[in-house]
Amino acid sequence: MSFITGVGLTAYGSHPDKNTLDLMSEAAALALADAQLARGDIDGLVCGYSTTMPHLMLSTVFAEHFGLNPAYAHAIQLGGATGFAMAMLAHHLAESRVANNILVVAGENRLTGQTRDSAVQTLAQVGHPVYEVPLGATIPAYYALLASRYMLEHGTTESDLAELAVLMRKHACMHPGAQFRAPITVEAVLESKPIASPLKLLDCCPVSDGGAAFIVSRVRSNGHAVRIRGTGQAHSHQHISAAPSLTQFAAATSAAKALDAAGAKLADVNYAAIYDSFTITLTVLLEEIGIAPRGGAGRQAREGIYDYDGPLPLNTHGGLLSYGHCGVGGAMAHLVETHRQLTNRAENRQSRNATLALLHGDGGVLSSHVSLVLERVA
Amino acid sequence: MNQLDWTSDTDGITYQCCGQCGSKWYFRRRFCPRCGTPNASTLQASGAGIVHARTLVTRAPTDDWRAHAPYLIVMVDAEEGFRLMAHGSTELQIGTRVRARFIVRAGRKIPYFEKVQ
Repeated sequence: MSFITGVGLTAYGSHPDKNTLDLMSEAAALALADAQLARGDIDGLVCGYSTTMPHLMLSTVFAEHFGLNPAYAHAIQLGGATGFAMAMLAHHLAESRVANNILVVAGENRLTGQTRDSAVQTLAQVGHPVYEVPLGATIPAYYALLASRYMLEHGTTESDLAELAVLMRKHACMHPGAQFRAPITVEAVLESKPIASPLKLLDCCPVSDGGAAFIVSRVRSNGHAVRIRGTGQAHSHQHISAAPSLTQFAAATSAAKALDAAGAKLADVNYAAIYDSFTITLTVLLEEIGIAPRGGAGRQAREGIYDYDGPLPLNTHGGLLSYGHCGVGGAMAHLVETHRQLTNRAENRQSRNATLALLHGDGGVLSSHVSLVLERVA
Repeated sequence: MNQLDWTSDTDGITYQCCGQCGSKWYFRRRFCPRCGTPNASTLQASGAGIVHARTLVTRAPTDDWRAHAPYLIVMVDAEEGFRLMAHGSTELQIGTRVRARFIVRAGRKIPYFEKVQ
């Protein structure tokens, strides 16, 4: 058994005066305070990576900088799936009594620490260096390719995709830390600048500066802990050229493993935190996991199913699409928001009855999947 | 040997096949990724196939590529039974029958698919 005993999240957007270690430290300090723990209580440290500060040993660089002497330190890399993979690792470390209080932390000045072209090129390296990157492909192009096929087979329209961007913005408007807080319409999404058809600018998450952290503990240190009930992963390929299918992915397998480990059913879930690097990402994941029927995610968003006060609130902080995406911290913001919902601390965004949450992250091009089931504890 | 392949700057597309299990794949390696048999054979593809996915890229990653934008990136199901990424003429739709020729774009030789009339 393990608990998330504290969370920390900075505002996402532009932090031109802060580097990777500054943003990690800020989030870590917030998580420690929230958990009511001190540096000396932290005996495990799990970090991700930073594209603006590549290092062979980021976890111990951070430990030294922040002032930790952990008994276990580890930096992992799994693209967009890293945040939830870190939570899964920390859960197993706690369960196997390797550590008692594990700090999971990420941060990056991805927006202001490099040029826009540099960010686009770094991320495109998720593609194959010989067979894909030399074609002038980008991350949006990889996702746009699968979007073209998925939409044809399942009858998804560009307006359906746009509904999810509109919903994420609606939620972000209620969160003071979100990068984008001006409401948008379906028409605005459809008319936004083309990036890689069918994806337009507002179908794509932004590049952000920011930091996120949480603490996974063997025992509760306060009254607002959340229990990690189940975790799962599944990996089917790395490159889209080698994907077994462009319409079926490993997300369903990963989510089923996490639900099975939790002894829960999808129908029991009443809060969803789903990776949304692009509107098509969120669409595919919702439908693949079975939250929405194939071709039905956009319609459900339009009907209010996923609103913060609807029957299945989704990414109530605004997701990657509107809260922002600073790399590893991107999906961790989904977890921080889930924690706040499950502990009744989401303020004006508080959903009616969030008690059991399913979180799902993907890395690469819907290649690497990690799912978590989190539960409110009395 | 002496096969033509765009990734080594010659006009052709190659793929690999396992003599043991019959598995076929595109990314070159020294063994079959399915059964592990070494010495996979490298074969020359005809260049014929069907468009499986397409995207018109407007936001290019570098100045070199910006000069060519917008450009169409396609995934093509080759008739030999493997899938590859390439460029194509902007008229191509999913399901279009295509054949590859080879062009130089942004300083690199790349496969470029056109509709079979």
